[in-house]
Amino acid sequence: MDDIEIKVRETINQLNEEENLNIDFPESYIEDLSKAYIANDLTDDELQKLIRKLKQAYDRAHVEAGEAVGTVAAQSVGEPGTQMTMRTFHYAGVTELNVTLGLPRLIEIVDARKDIATPTMDIYFDEDRRNDEEFVRTLANKIGKSTINDVLLDFNLNYGTQEVEAILDSKKIEEKRLERDEINAAISKAFKKAEINGDRIIVPVSKSDKSDSKFEIRELRLLADKVRDLQISGIKGIGKVIIRRDDVEWIIHTEGSNLKEILDMEGIDHVRTTTNNIHEIGEVLGIEAARQSIINEAQNTLSEQGLSVDVRHIMLVADIMTSEGIVKSIGRHGISGEKSSVLARAAFEETGKHLLHASIRGEVDDLTGIIENIIIGQPIPLGTGSVGVKMDYKKE
Amino acid sequence: MKGFIKKINQINFGLMSPEDIRAMSVVTVETPDTYEDDGFPIEKGLMDPRLGVIDPSLVCRTCGFRGGDCQGHFGSIELARPVIHIGFGDVIHKILRSTCNECGRVLLNDEQIEYFTETIREAMDNKESLNAILKEVYKAAKRELKEMPGEDEEVDMKYCCPHCGAPQEAISLDKPVTIRQGDYKLTASEVRERLEKITDDDAFVLGVNPEVARPEWLVLTVLPVPPVTVRPSITLDTGERSEDDLTHKLVDILRINQRLHENMEAGAPQLIVEDLWELLQYHVTTYFDNEASGVPPARHRSGRPLKTLTQRLKGKEGRFRSNLSGKRVNFSARTVISPDPNISINEVGVPEMIAKEVTVPVYVNEWNIEEMKKYIMNGPDIHPGANYVIRNDGRKIRVRNEETKELILEQLEPGFIIERHLKDGDMVLFNRQPSLHRMSMMAHEVRVLPYKTFRLNLCVCPPYNADFDGDEMNMHVFQTDESRAEAKSLMRVQEHILSPRFGGPIIGAIHDHISGAYLLTRDGVEFTEEQALQIIRKSHLRLPEFKGGQWVLKSNPDLKPDMEVPSDIEESYIFKDKGAMWTGKELFSLLLPNDLNLTYKAEISKCPVVYPEEDETVVIKNGILVQGVIDESAYGSFSGKILDKIVKEYGPGRAREFLDRSTDLAICGIMKTGITTSLNDEEIPDEAQARINEHLDKKMAEVDKLVESYEEGYLQALPGRSLEETLEMKIMQVLGEARDMSGNIAENYLTMGKQSDDDPYEHVMAVENHSVVMARTGARASMLNLTQITACVGQQAVRGGRIERGYLNRTLPHFKPGELGAKAKGFVHSSYKSGLDPIEFFFHAMGGREGLVDTAIRTAQSGYMQRRLVNALQDLQVKPSGLVTDNQGNVIQTMFGEDGVDPAKSDFGKPADLNKLIDEIKMESGMIGK
Repeated sequence: MDDIEIKVRETINQLNEEENLNIDFPESYIEDLSKAYIANDLTDDELQKLIRKLKQAYDRAHVEAGEAVGTVAAQSVGEPGTQMTMRTFHYAGVTELNVTLGLPRLIEIVDARKDIATPTMDIYFDEDRRNDEEFVRTLANKIGKSTINDVLLDFNLNYGTQEVEAILDSKKIEEKRLERDEINAAISKAFKKAEINGDRIIVPVSKSDKSDSKFEIRELRLLADKVRDLQISGIKGIGKVIIRRDDVEWIIHTEGSNLKEILDMEGIDHVRTTTNNIHEIGEVLGIEAARQSIINEAQNTLSEQGLSVDVRHIMLVADIMTSEGIVKSIGRHGISGEKSSVLARAAFEETGKHLLHASIRGEVDDLTGIIENIIIGQPIPLGTGSVGVKMDYKKE
Repeated sequence: MKGFIKKINQINFGLMSPEDIRAMSVVTVETPDTYEDDGFPIEKGLMDPRLGVIDPSLVCRTCGFRGGDCQGHFGSIELARPVIHIGFGDVIHKILRSTCNECGRVLLNDEQIEYFTETIREAMDNKESLNAILKEVYKAAKRELKEMPGEDEEVDMKYCCPHCGAPQEAISLDKPVTIRQGDYKLTASEVRERLEKITDDDAFVLGVNPEVARPEWLVLTVLPVPPVTVRPSITLDTGERSEDDLTHKLVDILRINQRLHENMEAGAPQLIVEDLWELLQYHVTTYFDNEASGVPPARHRSGRPLKTLTQRLKGKEGRFRSNLSGKRVNFSARTVISPDPNISINEVGVPEMIAKEVTVPVYVNEWNIEEMKKYIMNGPDIHPGANYVIRNDGRKIRVRNEETKELILEQLEPGFIIERHLKDGDMVLFNRQPSLHRMSMMAHEVRVLPYKTFRLNLCVCPPYNADFDGDEMNMHVFQTDESRAEAKSLMRVQEHILSPRFGGPIIGAIHDHISGAYLLTRDGVEFTEEQALQIIRKSHLRLPEFKGGQWVLKSNPDLKPDMEVPSDIEESYIFKDKGAMWTGKELFSLLLPNDLNLTYKAEISKCPVVYPEEDETVVIKNGILVQGVIDESAYGSFSGKILDKIVKEYGPGRAREFLDRSTDLAICGIMKTGITTSLNDEEIPDEAQARINEHLDKKMAEVDKLVESYEEGYLQALPGRSLEETLEMKIMQVLGEARDMSGNIAENYLTMGKQSDDDPYEHVMAVENHSVVMARTGARASMLNLTQITACVGQQAVRGGRIERGYLNRTLPHFKPGELGAKAKGFVHSSYKSGLDPIEFFFHAMGGREGLVDTAIRTAQSGYMQRRLVNALQDLQVKPSGLVTDNQGNVIQTMFGEDGVDPAKSDFGKPADLNKLIDEIKMESGMIGK
């Protein structure tokens, strides 16, 4: 493949030199050309012709200066919203996981919400481990939240002695690939007075107020819940995990997400492992990754509903959200609220606040935007309004 | 556009000082009343004639203009006591908290002052938001003490003014405008005194720009009174006057102001003065904002809350969004729409009534003067007439009766402007709300037609999302040549066949247009020569050449008529002997460009049985439909392959022609064969019904078994799911299969017509099911709809699952508590045709209701999302250098979409389909090779 890409590049260079065609294709085009070259078994002459034709088409398809790309992008992303269903709640491929989809998810993305309704992760493994079921299962149990309740064999409340007795199931522990020591450590950390005796664990009620007997039963029961729900393994922020085998490898899907810690683990494919939490990606991998994540998430949400929207529109939305180095939301707390024009802000939301603040701060509106010029009744500086005609004085 | 357009360069915002207000004021309003009993405005009252006039018959005493030309003049009210401006309550609080209670300096050390001054200045130069910096300032300057120390107690310096060393007592804001220092309530006068002490430099750090505002101006001592033009009074039919809400409010202010003044002068007790002062504060507050939190809204006598200044500006119905960002316009029309397949896609049928009302201004010149005379002769009542004439001196004359007509005709000379009626061929803008994308507003050519509805071609329904169940649309007439020219080159319908959303066609065939083409082009459809020629004529196609006893359906335009046909390109010709039968495919080929080559799978290829099999692959060779049928995949909106290729390769003009002619042809096709549908189309034999029932019973048994296994406890839970969830999922799956299978059984009996050569039907048209034809060709409905009518409706869902709600542990009292079977949770066994039983009907209504609620909520949500998106992105534009920037010049993208390709000009997102290009190259070289 690489040889062919080099060949395509060379042909382009040759054409540039010989005929001064000034071809400057983006990377992806060269890839496509190479693929087409192989698939169609082209001759060198045909490749030249193909490049020439592509160059022609590329020039023709170029955006015109002054084009209102922003408005078109906003409309192209917004219009399909009316055709989306509200309540699709399934994850493509894995029926066991609930994931917000459809319009609510799209709104979540453009809002750049910090805590999304259903964070999930897709965890992939590096080449050595992706077929190692044992490794994947061990890791899944390490990541996923397990409580005492998951490994119980028997559970009793002793009202007489005010004790909770839990008997662990070694089989389940083994199945879950948990470490005995870690469980014990977790228990003794949470319940100082716990007695650990092999599988048998006895936790007495901490004697604080023994006079009122009514409270004792309540306290015992509360303690029982506490014991049962004690987390014995798992990463913060991650709940359920689902292990799935697709055609070639094992994948872990999680409910909840913690990209930073997962990426720190051994055997993880750092390239493909991902989360649907955009802010988390921004924090861990940087703003460029957050931008890509916005593009991916928005595109997936739209295409999952069978709506095709050109990536370029979504890219523009993602770019404006991330252009200042942090993920900003679309709306009054983000981009629209930070516009330089007073009139533009006042016309969007919170009219009074913006006008009052502008007046004491002595703000100046330069009237460079669209809405400001509409408000004062002047032609807008966009499209045909962005160009003017000048007289050439020197000519007679 | 006439005259010089004044360009506004910038707008500066600032506060008005009391002096400014007094200087601007033409009258000091003192009397809390409007008119005398005799109807004349009271001097120094709220309707003082010096404030401006509305009535065109009166002359303004200040400016001397008549009503309408006088824009009004401000007055003022001298407040007896200062009052805090409601909008600045929290700003005042923040400023007081950040300044010394004793010396009035800002509670920052010199270093901090310098730093913040610098930062704020920089942010202002860069036009950045100051909010974040000011927040920091207020935070840094906060040094309040919880409790004031005793006389000689030592106080930590961090609670003291860095300038004078005085300890700072906490200042709190009691919303909306009461400010307290500790427990002591500061009066507005005291607040003002403190604000006066702040130096200009300190004020700058606190976010008050001394160039345009002083902190003490946030407390009002004099109130501007807006001119009467801002608050016109309305005279009702009964002769009663009704005053504007603002006037009412100003009356209240004046009344209290007067009383306060009198009481103060009479030396009334402090308590009374304070009460009146508070009341004045209340009235001034509600005058500015009648929805401020913590203030009971002032009401009209009828109990309706008054609309005061803030309410006038705010929100969707406010000045900004309703009167400034969007305005009502003249030369527009709105009426119900109805379909007309006989007009072109870029035309709109305009009722004559409307055409006579909305006009086009035309300059009279020596070439059109005769034509214009004719329009004037016709006058306003006969269609191609004229309503107004604007003379060279700018006077506008209405064309009324014969007299005026004669007068105008006498004077008529080049340079006059005639406002003539709309006529055929004029460009107008056509729009349907909600205007979600740019295809919601397109330029059409006018066709003046009888009756009272706008007529539009059916192909433009998808971009407007219009149907004819009572939809109304708007039309706007261009008034300048610039706008007309711009619209003609950018906004015409054919320029928008390709959607910028995905680079494919959005305008295209729907409904009968598709089924008609299918009925015309499928295998075995034949017409006699007479019929064929009739169709050609009727669909406005060019009649093929008749040469040497043969019809030449397709010919190479490069060849002269008398030239010998070269044998090697013979396949690009169709010769028809005189009197021979014509196939529908041949007729359709007449529409296609001569060098069109295309192969694709037709929509009907998705059906299990296609007869004849060749019909499912469409092959177009040199503009001839060799095999395959025309259906949705050919020229449907969103998916039309042929249409897509024609727009992209032959241009929008050719595509418009193709759509227009194909509409005509499809109509001819459908009229020759006929299409109808009835419930008989959904009829299936008893044997099929029996099979369906048997199948459903089997699936029900399966569900029962699942329930049983759950109840007995040997159902295995899926990983990560509870037992109940697992059961639900499994049952849902089984029921889904049940519906699908019963559908499949029914589908086998619902066929488009002849299925194989062994079928006993003599002619394809003999037995055919038009419902199925429509579903299969993609014209309307889907097979799912049909099988729901014939076989089984299936599971009804609420919130994505089986129906759960209703009674405790059961959906309806007809079931046992806890019952989990199919029927108990909303599975509808019946078909729509056989009818639903009451229980099924109820569940079906539940599912249907959810759908309705869902749609209602969705429109609101997606509408708001789109408004936000547009607002955030509207200022972006492509610079000549290729950069995408906002209006401040910030670069958002260095190249639009990473490759600079406009999706509207792309081929589904790529500048070109490489495979298409390769095919082209192969063909070119193949030709050369020969």
